[in-house]
Amino acid sequence: MAKSALLKSSIVKKYWMALTGLFLCLFLAGHLAGNLQLIFGTSQQFNEYALFMTTNPAVKLLSYVTYISIIFHAIDGIMLTIQNKKARPIGYAKTDGSSSSLASRNMAVLGTVILVFIATHMVNFWAKMHFDKNMPLVQKEIDNGMGGKQIQLVGTKDSQMPFMQLDQTGKLSKEFFEMIKAQTQGQYDLEVQDMTKIVNKKTGEVVFIGYKDLHKLTVDFFKDAKYGLYFTIGYVLAMLALAFHLWHGFQSAFQSLGVNNKFTPAIKFFGRAFAIIVPLLFAIIPVFLHLKK
Amino acid sequence: MSAAKNININLKIWRQKNASSKGSMETYKLDNVSTASSFLEMLDQLNEQLINEKKEPVAFDHDCREGICGMCSLYINGRAHGPDTGITTCQLHMRMFNDGDTIYIEPWRSKAFPVIKDLVVDRSAFDRIQQAGGFVSVNTSGNTIDANSIPVPKVDADKAFEAAACIGCGACVATCKNGSAMLFVGAKVSQYALLPQGKVEATQRVLNMVRQMDEEGFGNCTNTGACEIECPKGISLENIARMNREYLKASLK
Ligand code: HEM
Ligand code: SF4
Ligand code: FES
Repeated sequence: MAKSALLKSSIVKKYWMALTGLFLCLFLAGHLAGNLQLIFGTSQQFNEYALFMTTNPAVKLLSYVTYISIIFHAIDGIMLTIQNKKARPIGYAKTDGSSSSLASRNMAVLGTVILVFIATHMVNFWAKMHFDKNMPLVQKEIDNGMGGKQIQLVGTKDSQMPFMQLDQTGKLSKEFFEMIKAQTQGQYDLEVQDMTKIVNKKTGEVVFIGYKDLHKLTVDFFKDAKYGLYFTIGYVLAMLALAFHLWHGFQSAFQSLGVNNKFTPAIKFFGRAFAIIVPLLFAIIPVFLHLKK
Repeated sequence: MSAAKNININLKIWRQKNASSKGSMETYKLDNVSTASSFLEMLDQLNEQLINEKKEPVAFDHDCREGICGMCSLYINGRAHGPDTGITTCQLHMRMFNDGDTIYIEPWRSKAFPVIKDLVVDRSAFDRIQQAGGFVSVNTSGNTIDANSIPVPKVDADKAFEAAACIGCGACVATCKNGSAMLFVGAKVSQYALLPQGKVEATQRVLNMVRQMDEEGFGNCTNTGACEIECPKGISLENIARMNREYLKASLK
C-alpha cells in the first residue's frame, strides 16, 4: 500500500516536482556563475572552465542528475497539469482570478517555454561543445622549448588550418597529431595527453594545447549580423518566463515538501529575490555580448 | 452604514434540468431587490417571481443560513461564495452589489462534484473521504474516557481547533484552478494529527484519505493559495503542508 502510494499519489508527485525543481535551482546558480565569466572573465578563463565542465567526472555525474531532473520535472509537471485539467471538465463562465497569482496559474505554460528554450540552448551550445568536430579551437601561442621561441601551431591566421578536426571521441585526431609531428620534424617523442595536449614524452614539455573555443562560438552567436538580435531577444524572453516560474515555484516547492513554519516568510523573500536576480543576470549576458564592440 | 435601498439587477444563472442534461446560462431580470436582503433572500425573491410566471424555480443548496453548516455554495461573479472574504454565500448581502449590476451565478465546478440540478452539486465525495479515515476509533462499551482527561498542549489544541473549523463547503475545490481538495483534506487530517487521540491511527488515516481524494477525481495542488483566500473559515495552507509531512512519514513506515 505505502509502496504503490509512493509512485502514484498526488502528494508524491508534488514531492518529486519540488525536489527536482529545487535541484534545478541549484543548477541554475552554478550555471550562472560559469556564464558570468563571459562578462567578468577572460576568454581563456571561460574556455578552461568549459573544458573542465565537459571533462571532469564529478561534473559529469552532476550533469546526468541535471538531465534526469529536467526530464522528470517536465514529465511529472505535464502529467499533473493534465490531471488538473481533467478535474474540472466544465469551466466557469466567469472567473475572477484575484485570489491567486498569474505565475501560479500558468506554471505549465511557463515551464513549456523553458523546456523549448532548454532544447534550443542545448542544440546551439551543448551539442556543439560535445559533438561538433568542426568547432573552432582556442588559438594559443606555445613555447616550443627551443630558445624560448614562440610558435603558433594551429588556428592562427597564417596557419593552413583555422579549424581543428577532432575524432569521434572528441580527442585530438591522429591526422592532426601527425601534422604536429611533421611540423616539429620528428625532433620530439610526442604523445597526446587527455584530449587537449600534445606533449614531449621525454621532457614533459607541452608542445600544443587546444580546446574548443566556446567563448568565440558564444560571442559569434549573439553578435551574428543576421540573427544575433533575435537570439538575444529570445534568450531574454525565456529568462522572463523563468523568472515568473521561479517567482511562484521556489516557495511553492517548500510548501510541497511540507515546510510551512516560522521560516516561510524568509523563504518567500529569498525565493522572490532569487527569481528576479538569477534570470536577470542570465539575461544581461547575451545583451552585453550583443552590444559589445 | 448607508441606509437600505432597492436595486434592479440582471442575473446570469446556470440552469440544468438534471445530472444528465446539458445545461446553460440563462438571463433573468430582478427588480426592487433590497440591499438589506441576503444573497439567498434575493434568490428566494427570484424564485417567487419565477413561480408566479409559472416557471421552474432555481434549485440551490442551503440550510442553516448562518454560516455554520456549509450547505450553501454558489460561484458568484467568478468567486466562490461571491465577493467578500471569510463568509459563506448565506452571509453575503446585496449591499455588496450596485443598481444595474449583472451577477453571474454558477455551481461549484469539479469532476468530483457533479451537478444534480441547476446550482446544486453532489458533494458526497467529501463524505467518502471522511469515511476513509476522518475519525478516531473509540470504545463505546460503557467505559468511555472523558476526552479532557488527556492533556493537550494549548498551541496544538488551538491549531486543531482552527483546522476543525472547516465546514466542508467545498469552496476550496470550487475556487482551485485544479479542482483540488487539498485544503479540505489537509484540515481534516490536521485536526486529528495534532491531537494525542488522533496519533494512534495517523498512518492509515492520511494514506487512506489521500487515496480516496485521488480516486474521487480531485486535482493536485499547485500551491496557488486561492483556497486559503476563498475559504469562509480561514483554513490555512499550513494544514496542507502538515498533511504532506504526515503523508511522507506514513509512506516511509
Ligand atoms: C531550470 C528550469 C526549472 C526550474 C528551476 C523549475 C523549478 C520549479 C519549481 C521550484 C517548482 C515548484 C514545485 C512545487 O510546487 O512543488 C516548479 C513547478 C512546476 N514546473 Fe518547473 N522548473 C524548471 C523547468 C520546468 C520545465 C522545463 C517544465 C516543463 C513543462 C516545468 C513545469 C513545471 C510545472 C507544470 C510546475 C507546477 C506543477 C504543479 O504544482 O502543478 N518546469 N518548477
Ligand atoms: S477548507 Fe474551507 S473552503 Fe474548503 S471545505 Fe473546508 S471550510 Fe470549505
Ligand atoms: S446555509 Fe449553512 S453555511 Fe450557508
